[in-house]
Amino acid sequence: MLLEVEKLAKRFGGVTAVDACSFGVPEGSVTALVGPNGSGKTTAFNLITGYARPDSGAIRFAGASVRRPDPVRLARRGLTRTFQQARVFAGLTLVQNLVAALQQPWWAAARHAVRPHEHARALELLDEFGLAGLAEERAGNLSYGQKKLLEFATVLMGEPRLVLLDEPTAGVNPILVEQIEERIRDLNSRGLTFLVVEHNMNLVMRLCDPVVVLDHGTKLAEGRPDDVRNDPRVLDAYLGG
Amino acid sequence: MSRASAAGLVRGGAFAAAGVAFPFVVHAAWIVNIGILTLMYAALATAWNLFSGYTGYISLGQIAFFGLGAYTLAVTFEHVGIGSGYNPLFALPLVGAGVGLASLPVAWIALRTRHMTFAIVTLTLLFVVQQLAFNLHSLTHGSSGMMLPTPTFGIANYDRPFYLAMLALLLLALGLCWIVLRSKLGLMLLAIREDEEKARGLGVRVTGAKLVAWWLSIAVTAMVGGVWAYYLTFIYPESAVDPLVMIGAVLMTFLGGRGTLWGPTIGALVLVPAQQYLLTRLGASELYLVGYSAVFMVVLLVLPRGILPSLRDAIERARERQRTRGKRISRSQAAA
Repeated sequence: MLLEVEKLAKRFGGVTAVDACSFGVPEGSVTALVGPNGSGKTTAFNLITGYARPDSGAIRFAGASVRRPDPVRLARRGLTRTFQQARVFAGLTLVQNLVAALQQPWWAAARHAVRPHEHARALELLDEFGLAGLAEERAGNLSYGQKKLLEFATVLMGEPRLVLLDEPTAGVNPILVEQIEERIRDLNSRGLTFLVVEHNMNLVMRLCDPVVVLDHGTKLAEGRPDDVRNDPRVLDAYLGG
Repeated sequence: MSRASAAGLVRGGAFAAAGVAFPFVVHAAWIVNIGILTLMYAALATAWNLFSGYTGYISLGQIAFFGLGAYTLAVTFEHVGIGSGYNPLFALPLVGAGVGLASLPVAWIALRTRHMTFAIVTLTLLFVVQQLAFNLHSLTHGSSGMMLPTPTFGIANYDRPFYLAMLALLLLALGLCWIVLRSKLGLMLLAIREDEEKARGLGVRVTGAKLVAWWLSIAVTAMVGGVWAYYLTFIYPESAVDPLVMIGAVLMTFLGGRGTLWGPTIGALVLVPAQQYLLTRLGASELYLVGYSAVFMVVLLVLPRGILPSLRDAIERARERQRTRGKRISRSQAAA
C-alpha cells in the first residue's frame, strides 16, 4: 500500500464529517473514492493532504507514518492534489504556473525564475495536455475545462508518486473528459498512482480499481468495481433514503 | 541577456544618472529638501512593495521598523559613538540587516494570519514600537526625544549627502525588487499572492519565501529610517513612528501600481512634490489636505488600478487595435 488511512476522524462542531474511516491505496492503482454528496470525500482529501487536521486516526504514506500532515512537506515527499474548483495562478502564464510547481532546494531561490530547461519541460507537459499553444497566455484567461487540465498538468511538475484528484471531470465537456481519462491511464501505465474522487460512475467503473465507497464519513464498501456496484448497501446509500 | 532586461538596465541607469545629477544642477536647498523627501517616500514605498506588493499581504506596520532604524542609529550615536560625517551612513547596512533579523520572529507569528487580520496585526506593531519609544526612558529619553550630533557637512551643500544616501537606498530597493522579480523567489511570491493554499499543495516553501521578502523589505525600511534620523538630527516617538508616513507610502504604491517595479517610485514622484507644493501654497489654511486628496482621487478615478498597470493596458489595447486594423487593410487589399 502506498497510502494507508486508519480510523481517521474529523468533527466540525456537532457534525462528524469523517468517522473512523480506514482504506488503502495500492501502489500503481487508480483508486476511486466515491459516495453520495456530503459523505466526507473532500474532508478525507483535506485530512490526507494536510489541509485540515484530523481529530484522531493515522496516515501512512510510502511506508512512513505522517505524524503532522503538512501540505508543503507532503508535496515534497510525493503526495499532491488538485482541488474541486480548478485552482490556477490566474495572473501567471501557463509556463509560470508549471515552473512554480517545480520543487527546488532553498538555495535555488536566487536562480532565474524560469530557466531554459524548465521552460522546455513545461512546454513538453503542456503539449501532452494540448495546451502548448497557450503557453504564454495568462492562466486566468483559460476556460474552466482548460483550467482543469492546467491544474492536472501543474501537479505533475513535482514528479509525485501519488496524485489525489478531486472531481477531475466535474463541469467539463465530454471531449475533455475523454482527454483527462486518457491522461490518467497513460500516467498510470508509467507508474503513477491516483486516488480519485469522482461522481461520473461510468468513468469510475471503466478506470478505477479498487473502488472505496464512503457514506456518512465511514467506509461502506471497498473492492473491485463490479463487486462494489452490486453491493446492496452501496445501492441503498445511493438510491435509498 | 534578453532585450527586456537590457531595456530595464538602461531605464534604471538613466534614472540613477538623472537622480545623481539633480542636486548638482539644482542648488536651491528647499528643492533638494523636497527631493530628499520624495526619494525617502519612493524608497519606503518600493520596500513596502517588495513584501506587500508581491505577496499580497498588506502590512501596515513597516513604519515601526523605520522608527526602529532611526532609534537604533540614535542610540548607537549616544552609547557607542560611530563617528561623524559620512561614517554613520556606512554603519547603516548593519542597522538594516540587524533590525530585519530582529523583526523575523515577530513576522513569523504575524504571518500566521492573513488578509485583514494581517493588516491589523501589523498595524499594532506600529503602536507597540511607539509605546516602547515612549517608555524605555533610559534608552530613548521618552517623549523628550533624542538629539543626534549635527553632521559636519559644509553649509552650502548640507543636504547633498543625505540626498545621495536616500537615492542609494531607493536604487538598492529597486535593484532588490528587480532581482527578486526575475528569480525563483519572485515566482514563489507571485504564486503566494495568487493562491497560497494551492502553492502549499505543490510544495512551495511559502513561509520561507515570505520571510525572506519581509527581511529584505524591513532592512531597506530601517536604513531609510536611519538616514532620516541623521538628516533631521532630532527624533521623538510620534515622528519616528508616524502612521501618516506609513499611509503615505502605501497610497503612493497603490497610485503608481502595486506589484510593479517602478509603480511606487512613480507614485512618490507624483504625490510628494504635489503635497509639498500644496503645503507651501495652502498650508496656512488646512486646505492643502483637501488638495492632496483631490490629486489622489482624480488619479484613482482615471486610473483605478494605478498609473503603471493602467498605462500598460492602454498601450496593449492600442497595439491590439493597430494589429486588427492592419489585418483588415491587408484583407481589403487582397480583395481588390
